[in-house]
Amino acid sequence: MAEPLLFEMSRPERKGVPVPQSDVPEQALPAELCRDSLPLPEVAERDVVKHFTRLSQLNYGIDLGLYPLGSCTMKYNPRINEDAARQPGFAMIHPYQPAETVQGALELLYELQGYLAEISGFDAVTLQPAAGAHGELTGILVVRAYHESRGDSARTKVIVPDSAHGTNPATAAMAGYQVITVPSNARGNVDLEALRKVVGPDTAAMMITNPNTLGLYDEGASELVEIIHEAGGLVYNDGANFNAILGIVKPGEIGFDIMHYNVHKTFSTPHGGGGPGAGPVGVKAHLARFLPTPTVVKDETDAGPTYRLEPVPDSIGKLHAFWGNFGVLVRAYTYIIANGDTGLRAVSEHAVLNANYIRAKLSDVYAVPIDRINMHECLLSGSRQKKLGVRTLDIAKRLIDKGFYPPTVYFPLIIDEALLIEPTETETVETLDSFIAAMREIAREAEEQPEEVKSAPHHTPVRRLDEATAARRPNLRWQPPEQAAD
Amino acid sequence: MSQLPTDRRYTKEHEWIKIEGDIATVGITEFAQSELGDVTYVEVPKVGEQLSQGQAFGVVESVKAVSDIYAPVAGEVVEVNDSLADEPETVNASPYEGAWMVKLRLAGPADSPDLLSADEYEQHIAAGGH
Repeated sequence: MAEPLLFEMSRPERKGVPVPQSDVPEQALPAELCRDSLPLPEVAERDVVKHFTRLSQLNYGIDLGLYPLGSCTMKYNPRINEDAARQPGFAMIHPYQPAETVQGALELLYELQGYLAEISGFDAVTLQPAAGAHGELTGILVVRAYHESRGDSARTKVIVPDSAHGTNPATAAMAGYQVITVPSNARGNVDLEALRKVVGPDTAAMMITNPNTLGLYDEGASELVEIIHEAGGLVYNDGANFNAILGIVKPGEIGFDIMHYNVHKTFSTPHGGGGPGAGPVGVKAHLARFLPTPTVVKDETDAGPTYRLEPVPDSIGKLHAFWGNFGVLVRAYTYIIANGDTGLRAVSEHAVLNANYIRAKLSDVYAVPIDRINMHECLLSGSRQKKLGVRTLDIAKRLIDKGFYPPTVYFPLIIDEALLIEPTETETVETLDSFIAAMREIAREAEEQPEEVKSAPHHTPVRRLDEATAARRPNLRWQPPEQAAD
Repeated sequence: MSQLPTDRRYTKEHEWIKIEGDIATVGITEFAQSELGDVTYVEVPKVGEQLSQGQAFGVVESVKAVSDIYAPVAGEVVEVNDSLADEPETVNASPYEGAWMVKLRLAGPADSPDLLSADEYEQHIAAGGH
């Protein structure tokens, strides 16, 4: 059953909170600032609590079940992270406190800069950016600062593969660069011949995701880096899929110059709630002087180490107030030390194993567009089902009936009827098996009773939403019935 | 695939172009709209803009994806279909007639080796051309 809006529950004069009598003299507001009516919902506290509790029960989150949203790494958020972030020494401090009173917090930031650098093979890390896309912008501003510092102003283009996350071209365009797209080849790697044709003295950088959004490790990564470096450009690694290679590959060692980390993906901080988040950025030594300012440094003294903030000399500036979303960084730090080096490697090994298990168990009923061992996510296609009149969107909606959050659909854009499935390492084999069984059942339904799939979901409070009308004629806020009729 | 209109040419990027005198009318194909799904937004250029061949001049956004539209030939924009701003669904309902997007005054010869006939375009789609 759909939950009514608070506005629909409103009754005249009903109140949630008794407002105390004013004990200060009343001041009249200027007439032009006053209005005759303010149609806020009038509801009792009891009803508000029931309303939001019911809404929370309708929600589907990572704590309820599998959330195989490809390219998003919706892994379980260990509770120890929350415990650490709630320690009063972390939770109750203020950014204006003198550095000597927050040594523990600064030590944590310093250590985290070092851990991220070590895990990824970079030399310096900023923790300021508030999310992955913010990290991308940071990285591309560093690219610009680097070229400008060399008096090299002719570099106007950023190259992205056609499998890129949409944020890559958006970031490049936002930083004022022209975006050049290069195709992928039949094995899902960047087409290096096509790349050679577009690189030149106007190439500022190439942004690539490795493993890429097809869930595949780019076999030409090292050669790609050489091609860009030879042309004088920098290579930016989008770390969205870092969860596949922890403890196995260090992107810095392949030759990438810059990389961002999605701590909400790889390092298990909360995800999808609209923030706060963090998207730290790592760079090679020659780019460290451009990072956002300040950075945390360690001084060895006779009394032991002390930590302080230090300005970055040729910084692109500040990207976030103070030094980023500290509480999120505490969670990422906790995850890293709770797992340790062998634990982080096991994270990636299990993430890759789980995704390959799903592909292997479904490849006889769903098309596999690129037949390779995949990394942490597997790419299937609903192209066989499409011939039966059942589209990938229908398959996704039917999965909701079976109790699962659907995978990413229609992305990457270069794959027809794409289904991008990322189970993560945190699911048991029993959960994977029940997801596989549901996907197989849907494949059978598509053949035997396609209407059942095409009209899904059947067991949800609201049925299939009219996304087209919602996008064409968005109704973004509630209005009183008499105004809505206008 | 239903029968394609033969009074026009096609591109591998799924635009159609119909030439009458020195005016070329451009839209996207039935195949393009069916792949995109329900179209929610169409952005067309301004009248007077000069387009080079292959230049992205507009955007079609659907519930699934956002795609650029490319100029099949070079020319000046002389008219745009403003009604698509309010009724983007026309692209789904009538890709070959109601949902024409721009009219260009040709800047050069109307013929280009990149333009496909209806038959050639049909083969391009059958071969899995995206």
